Amino acid sequence: MVDRTDTALDVANLSKRYGKAEVVAGVNLRISPGERVALLGHNGAGKSTLIKLILGLIRPSDGNVAVAGHAPGSAQARAATAYLPEQVAFHKSLTGREQLALFARLAGEKVKSADDLLARVGLSDAADRRIGAYSKGMRQRLGLAQALLGRRRIALLDEPTSGLDPISRHDLYAVIDEMAANGTALLIASHALTELEARTDRIAIMRGGKLVADDTLAQLTRKASLPIRISLTAEDGAADHVQAELGGHRVNGCSVEIFCTAEDKMDHLARITGLGSAVRNVEIAPPSLEDLYLHYCREDMQ
Amino acid sequence: MIARILAIASAEFRIQRRNHWVFTATLIMLLFALALTFAGSAPTGALGVDLLTVSVASMTTLAVYLAPFLALMIAFDAVAGEAERGTLGLVLTYPLSRGEMLVGKFLAHLGVLAIAMTLGLGAAGLVASFTGGMAIESLWALLRLIATAILLGACFLALGYAASALSGSVAGAAGLTVGIWLVLVVLYDLGLLGAVVFDGGGTFTTDIFPWMLAANPADAFRLWNIAGSEQIALVTGMSGAGDALPAWAAPLSLILWPILALLLALGAFRRVEP
Repeated sequence: MVDRTDTALDVANLSKRYGKAEVVAGVNLRISPGERVALLGHNGAGKSTLIKLILGLIRPSDGNVAVAGHAPGSAQARAATAYLPEQVAFHKSLTGREQLALFARLAGEKVKSADDLLARVGLSDAADRRIGAYSKGMRQRLGLAQALLGRRRIALLDEPTSGLDPISRHDLYAVIDEMAANGTALLIASHALTELEARTDRIAIMRGGKLVADDTLAQLTRKASLPIRISLTAEDGAADHVQAELGGHRVNGCSVEIFCTAEDKMDHLARITGLGSAVRNVEIAPPSLEDLYLHYCREDMQ
Repeated sequence: MIARILAIASAEFRIQRRNHWVFTATLIMLLFALALTFAGSAPTGALGVDLLTVSVASMTTLAVYLAPFLALMIAFDAVAGEAERGTLGLVLTYPLSRGEMLVGKFLAHLGVLAIAMTLGLGAAGLVASFTGGMAIESLWALLRLIATAILLGACFLALGYAASALSGSVAGAAGLTVGIWLVLVVLYDLGLLGAVVFDGGGTFTTDIFPWMLAANPADAFRLWNIAGSEQIALVTGMSGAGDALPAWAAPLSLILWPILALLLALGAFRRVEP
């Protein structure tokens, strides 16, 4: 395998089988330093297994992973990797400061840096309380703090937004952008496409263990060519007439819905304007992030 | 490597202290040792030995059961508990080998046991020597008892880790450690006793039985303490078996067991996929 120094993570033809079930099937994924990649997929699509393979916690059945040029699970690879588990858990009877100091010592960092990080994620006040008394959001923040220890080449964040309130989520974006600016490659796993994933540089979608999409949001939107939805509200009693003229389908007594491609949109609008006062209101909705996600997750790509 | 082992050990010891295991284990040892010392003060006159000797003899029997029990109680959670609570996966993504993690925990847990054994057995020994007098020889016997009890605990700590790594859950690990305790501490002796009775003084009793006794860590602990002191052998009435063995057999067994059990635990831990 070619050791490319400009690649923080190189996953090549990676597979993991448990008996007959292929949980990860021939995945290829490459992430450059400073790049933010969202890894999407339903529960059971293979995201967490892929992450565990990259971490070297489980061994692949086939294929290769290189973390900053090193084998997963090797001391160099682990020193280069930050990880935030989905259900982040700590020792309940340690305080936040003690737990983070332990991680700092394991990572070979100064214990002092743990205190700075606690302040960075807003846990200074709770630093000397036992983790058993922390809320889920506070544990998530502590998990984020340990992921920030040292200068990591790659960060694997598994569902980082779960359990966070909107303000904490906003802080999380700031932390992610800061890590990317420092040259850390980020892989952010999630089970849906939300505003966070839309802010990443690239989106990778897994389905049934396979990588079914790996591109920028703009490219994915173009490739999917999802229909634009035009919702019309007709005047009382005019709904039948509007539907007869424009096609589409009735939603309720006075509303009609039309789906069209981006190219046909202007034609439709011209015909709608031609109906004059029979149409009381028009709303145009481009495909949502959720529509796009569902498109790639449901589509039968063989 | 040393820094990481010490980091794990100090955090683990802190957890054990906060979980009150240091206190509980010490209290259990202290209460049982004191109770046995006073209950055992009767036969001193008849045998012509000091109270400390009698006390060490009864505490030897006590430690055979309690040291493995306390060690297993501390150890069974070590791997399975961390895996079940989800703390193991994160720790193992740090540049920390599984061997370093296991040794770190072992040091912390051994510290807990050492405190419990030294304070518990030591305090009872002191009380016995103040009330019933002591000879230099019986003081040595007490020190040997404390040291070997810690070694015996070390062996069962490691066996507890192996059980913890082999079973997929905390409940499974708890069950397996109870099984280990029953087999090695209780059933093994019963089995040998049955075999000796059945053999009726044949070659098994004279040639094989002593070696089989030394091969079990709990019995090796007994043999070592009894062989070390004629008076204790007198009090426990268990000198015959030890005489047939070279002096190094029981100590070698008790020192090898923790090392081999730790290697077994490490092998099992390496196969755990968090």
